[in-house]
Amino acid sequence: MSEALIRLRGVTKKYGTGQAELMALKGIDLDVAAGEFVAIMGPSGSGKSTAMNILGCLDTPTAGQYLFHGAHVEALSRDQRARLRRRYLGFVFQGFNLLARTSAQENVELPLLYRGESATVRHAAASRALQSVGLGGWEHHTPGELSGGQQQRVAIARAIVTEPAVVLADEPTGNLDTQRSEEIMELLRALNVDHGITVLMVTHEHDMAAYARRVVHFVDGRIESDVPNPHPAAPRAPAVPAQVQAP
Amino acid sequence: MLLSTLFLALRSIRRNLLRSFLTILGIVIGVSAVITMVTLGNGATLAVQMQISSLGTNLLMVRPGQRQGPGGPGGGAPSFKEADADAILSQIGGVAAVAPEARAGATVIGNGRNWSTSVTGSNDTWFVTGNWKLASGREFTDEETQSGAAVCIVGETVRREIYGGTRGLGEQLRIKQFSCEVIGVLASKGQGAMGNDQDDTVLVPLRTLQRRVTGNLRVNSLLVSMQDGSDSTRLKAALRDLLRERRKLAAGDDDNFNILDTQQLADTLSGTTKVMTTLLGAVAAVSLLVGGIGIMNIMLVSVTERTREIGLRLAIGALEREVLMQFLIEAVTLAALGGLIGIGIATVASFALAKVMGVPYLFDPTINMLSFVFSACIGVVFGYFPARRAARMDPIEALRHE
Ligand SMILES: Nc1ncnc2c1ncn2[C@@H]1O[C@H](COP(=O)(O)OP(=O)(O)O)[C@@H](O)[C@H]1O
Ligand SMILES: [Mg+2]
Repeated sequence: MSEALIRLRGVTKKYGTGQAELMALKGIDLDVAAGEFVAIMGPSGSGKSTAMNILGCLDTPTAGQYLFHGAHVEALSRDQRARLRRRYLGFVFQGFNLLARTSAQENVELPLLYRGESATVRHAAASRALQSVGLGGWEHHTPGELSGGQQQRVAIARAIVTEPAVVLADEPTGNLDTQRSEEIMELLRALNVDHGITVLMVTHEHDMAAYARRVVHFVDGRIESDVPNPHPAAPRAPAVPAQVQAP
Repeated sequence: MLLSTLFLALRSIRRNLLRSFLTILGIVIGVSAVITMVTLGNGATLAVQMQISSLGTNLLMVRPGQRQGPGGPGGGAPSFKEADADAILSQIGGVAAVAPEARAGATVIGNGRNWSTSVTGSNDTWFVTGNWKLASGREFTDEETQSGAAVCIVGETVRREIYGGTRGLGEQLRIKQFSCEVIGVLASKGQGAMGNDQDDTVLVPLRTLQRRVTGNLRVNSLLVSMQDGSDSTRLKAALRDLLRERRKLAAGDDDNFNILDTQQLADTLSGTTKVMTTLLGAVAAVSLLVGGIGIMNIMLVSVTERTREIGLRLAIGALEREVLMQFLIEAVTLAALGGLIGIGIATVASFALAKVMGVPYLFDPTINMLSFVFSACIGVVFGYFPARRAARMDPIEALRHE
């Protein structure tokens, strides 16, 4: 485990001060190697999202160390963390967070804009990413014209369009019915298996966690259990079009 | 990066077209008001200058009475005599021409129509001092001037009212009790500096007027044309001394005549319109500032509304500076767009208003450029605060925003 991509050591997170003080994370040690698919489970308020925000370099720990790719994230500035995110990370949110009145194509191109890619590169990469989530032909639809499952697939395309090392998904299926959820899980599994992208996912549902190859349980700001899943859920039927292509 | 940021800004402007338009409305109104005011003001200044120069250049108008109003001679003070004109011409250096002028109101009849006008008595030097030209016909001969012949030259307004479509040359025109032959038509000069119609007159030899219309030898005013480059201050002083002497005023007496310098009049009047222009322009500029506050207001609303969008941008790796630039460029683009639309509206409005007001339309590139740059600057100043607020958001908080 020496070449862990992600390494948390004694990470704590404190919100508020005085009477309102709250320890959301009470000392987390976690190693994630490149290529893993980790599901994070636990009751509401156990600190899953707090941990995800720190793992996604959106937030910094109150104490402890976070090594990402050998870099001490806790010591980085706001802009340095932003550069890290745009370079290595992709995000999928529970609420999709697509830009309204903006086509799927443009939504997916957005991260590339901040990488300074040219219009032609952006266009080609976004088209490929949309293809790979099974939305070829939907490029010009705006979020309002797409179903929830389709919107989340656009969001996944946006997360992978930069070819990130890690995709972080905080309850990506929280707003979807079972069938749509499974389609999304198939996509995440394919990202992990076929493209070696490390996937960190928070979920409440055991059915979804079953796709991961490792399940970490949070309880009250601590990791209660961390167990491998030797038999991750296999694709039942190709929920999403035959060839899922590389972005 | 700058280009793609501009691209982003344009895109979000297009996404919210109606709101974008409302945002810039203040700037549009401000810019168009400033430019229209200044353009019309410049046109009015030019119009005043043109009207005064149509009175005649280098002209001194001498009238009886202490103070000169726009109307006739001052009451009480004795009028001039024809000999005064000759004396001025022969005794004062730098004088190019002197025309004695007498006027009387009269109804003129000809061609079966009548028209109430003012009859001017003078001689051919009147053409020089008043900068008059003939549209057709001829001036008076010396013989006609000396003898007070029954000939007249009509102004364009009189010609139109009496003779309609024809030139009127050779026709008979009755002025009070006598008839005269129309030998010429004056070229139109249009409105005078006081808004009077300069073409509404009939010119007859001074002696004709004195003998057949007024029945006295009075001369109402002396029109003194100075030679180019002559010292008007010195000339006016000499003129004053001469007239005081001829009118037998004692050393302590006040002048019972006054001298109006058209150049001075022009300077005074165009100075006044310039002050008005500056004032109106300044008032309009305040509305530009108000427009800027409008931009800030709506940008702040927009930033709050787009909190989740900002959170997303920050989460996927936008730098603080990039978000700041995005919103700043959005504000500047909006403001500059407002400036451009304002310039367009101002061009149409000032062109149309200049037509209505009868002043010349003068395109002023400076004020157009200035307004445009100023509105862009307003975008920077008033867009900065909302943009900074957006850039400093915490991505986690912002993403959680409802
Ligand atoms: N920004 C915040 N300010 C104060 N308390 C917070 C904040 N974010 C989370 N918390 C608290 O931290 C604890 C963990 O929250 P969270 O990580 O969101 O839990 P989970 O995602 O596992 O449901 C909760 O008690 C929550 O109320
Ligand atoms: Mg949560």
